[in-house]
Amino acid sequence: MFLIPDPVGRFFHRMASPPHFYALTEKLMPWLVGIFLILLACGLYGGLYLAPPDYQQGDSYRIIYIHVPSAWMSLFIYIVMAVTGAIGLVWRIKLAEIVAISSASVGASFTFIALVTGSLWGKPMWGTWWVWDARLTSELVLLFLYLGVIGLYNAIDDKRTASKAVAILALVGVVNIPIIHYSVEWWSTLHQGPTVTKMDKPSIHVTMLVPLLLMAVAFKFYYVIAMLQRARLELLQRERTANWVKKLLTEPTP
Amino acid sequence: MKPVRRQRLILIALMVVGAGLAAAFALKSFNENLMYFFSTTDVSAGKAPQDALFRLGGMVVKGSVERPGDGLMVRFKLTDFSKEVTVEYTGILPDLFREGQGIVANGKLDGRGVFVAEEVLAKHDENYMPPEVKASLKAAAEQKKP
Repeated sequence: MFLIPDPVGRFFHRMASPPHFYALTEKLMPWLVGIFLILLACGLYGGLYLAPPDYQQGDSYRIIYIHVPSAWMSLFIYIVMAVTGAIGLVWRIKLAEIVAISSASVGASFTFIALVTGSLWGKPMWGTWWVWDARLTSELVLLFLYLGVIGLYNAIDDKRTASKAVAILALVGVVNIPIIHYSVEWWSTLHQGPTVTKMDKPSIHVTMLVPLLLMAVAFKFYYVIAMLQRARLELLQRERTANWVKKLLTEPTP
Repeated sequence: MKPVRRQRLILIALMVVGAGLAAAFALKSFNENLMYFFSTTDVSAGKAPQDALFRLGGMVVKGSVERPGDGLMVRFKLTDFSKEVTVEYTGILPDLFREGQGIVANGKLDGRGVFVAEEVLAKHDENYMPPEVKASLKAAAEQKKP
């Protein structure tokens, strides 16, 4: 293959084979769930118990341990969805299409959580539930993009056609991702500027930052778990006439 | 890469770049409208609307908050570190409102050049730290300026 060394190409080819993917994810799942639970426990304990209160907001700031990782995930998952969508369009790999659509509802959930937790925090801190500033509005547009992707996929009966349509919608929507990220720098907004991703030094105390990063990694694991479960189900549905699925369903599990 | 795939990849790249360019031009032309608030310099320069509601953002000037009368009316000055605008507001202020805090007020200018706010929102900054760290930072800053 073009620019890609042969062993790597073979690895991806093997990974993209549905029976192999199904068996591998089954073996990986307990590990993923275990790591997720440990990270979540450490993150929550650190964030809600060990981390000191903020000098201005007191304990109210602790909502960042849910809000910020959710908001990061909403962007991250959208990028995964668009990239796998593009891979599906170009190389017609069935598994890429499945990962793309399985990501959509997880991403929509994270976007929703980010919007709701932000709103709950906004009322006491800013003095309002919602404002139409650039950051909040673009994040809401992201939620609609996710919902659009899910709706479009379900509106088309042939799932291969549906995946193509969805990938194009997701790719056009990619333009929103830098807008969300830079909205607080390009325009004056009520939402505060970036804290952690600032180039020089994050303006958050290290005792508060560590639990936040733990939560962010925990959320990533949760996404992988939720997405893989959905992908496995979607795969079984699409491949229901294939031999390996028949064998899997008729053979009693040892 | 097979020519068909390369062609599809190029098409996708063109589509993403096209959508990006379109969005960039659209946002550029709407730039003014996307600004959530006017700065105090804009107001002093007369760029803000005279008889319509608009939002004004800035830092509450230290020592400028006063309560004339015994009602809920509060008067303070906002600054962007170059021009100051006096704001009057009657109502309950958000938790984060204090001197030196960034806020956004919604209201209109009266004849005297005073901004009469109907709503005051606190703009939180991006700094998170424990109270002890804030206290020691403050002490260090006070030591530096004799």
